[in-house]
Amino acid sequence: MSLLHFFMWCENSAVGDSIRSSTWLFPVIEAVHLLGLALIGGAVLVVDLRLLRLALRRQPVAQVARDAQPWLIGSLIVMIVTGSLLFMSEAMKCYYHPAFWEKMTSLFLAIIFTFTIQRKAILSDENRLNPVWARTVAVVSLALWSGVGIGGRWIGFS
Amino acid sequence: MSLFSFCEWLANTTWSTALHESTLGYSFIESVHVLTLCLFLGTVVMLDLRLLGWTMRRTPVSELMKQFMPWTVTGFVIMVISGLLLFSAIPVRTYQSVFFRGKLLMLVLAGINVWVFHSTVYRNLAAWDLDPVPPKRARIAGCLSLILWGGIVITGRMIAYNWFDCDRQPQPAIVNILAGCRPGQEEN
Repeated sequence: MSLLHFFMWCENSAVGDSIRSSTWLFPVIEAVHLLGLALIGGAVLVVDLRLLRLALRRQPVAQVARDAQPWLIGSLIVMIVTGSLLFMSEAMKCYYHPAFWEKMTSLFLAIIFTFTIQRKAILSDENRLNPVWARTVAVVSLALWSGVGIGGRWIGFS
Repeated sequence: MSLFSFCEWLANTTWSTALHESTLGYSFIESVHVLTLCLFLGTVVMLDLRLLGWTMRRTPVSELMKQFMPWTVTGFVIMVISGLLLFSAIPVRTYQSVFFRGKLLMLVLAGINVWVFHSTVYRNLAAWDLDPVPPKRARIAGCLSLILWGGIVITGRMIAYNWFDCDRQPQPAIVNILAGCRPGQEEN
């Protein structure tokens, strides 16, 4: 099955069809997607601001990151579930929209980066964490997650 | 001048028409408004969760408030400015939107919640600053904040939908009252 066929299958699925034909479902799912945005924004920001030494400087990096982690994962799950539902209702629009591909690329990179490179930097011995490297990691994380958010907003503009 | 006539006046300004009709300008401001959610509400939510004792239990509440404040305030200023600009592009319809009115009401309630928190349980913060789970009144403030801001986000998103617009009659009587619809608006 090609990618295009998969997108067509999503668009024509019962889930996609019911969301499309309902007045309320799409707006409600999208509102939940926005609530998740606020939460994931908070969970990503606290860690990156800490790495940039722009907030919570007196708290250990690893502690801030561990505290934020369940909320990051929880909000990511909410985002992926609601996002998939929204996607299924307009899969063909997404297929032909450059913003969708930009968003998915950023999302893929952001998840990989957050749970590998950033995680390693965060959990390493803070005294031996190079401050330039810590800042670089935070900036890359912010750039990737911003790419996801901006792409998401852009999908709405057709 | 009533609020309604102010909105009508605003709608007829060159600025309002230009912003309403601009494709890039309006979309840009709207994107800024939506994405600043992460900065403003993100920091608010993390503080609320701390007040509930659900995260950062080992970080003193005072430190979290002090450290987040500049970011929350910056986010809030961007939200208000971009929100006012969005309003100025479509003033009459927004003024008469039940969702917009609900959003404003919850904004006021969220403000009162902050004020009550600061004038009561916050006053003896020193006594519970290090508590992993803050006292009940602080938890209630955090919980109310989460509920109100959640409602503000949802109603804010719904302003975009025209289900209850005054120019889409007939509407249930309650909608016409809450939206402040005027006779003859369906012809607009």
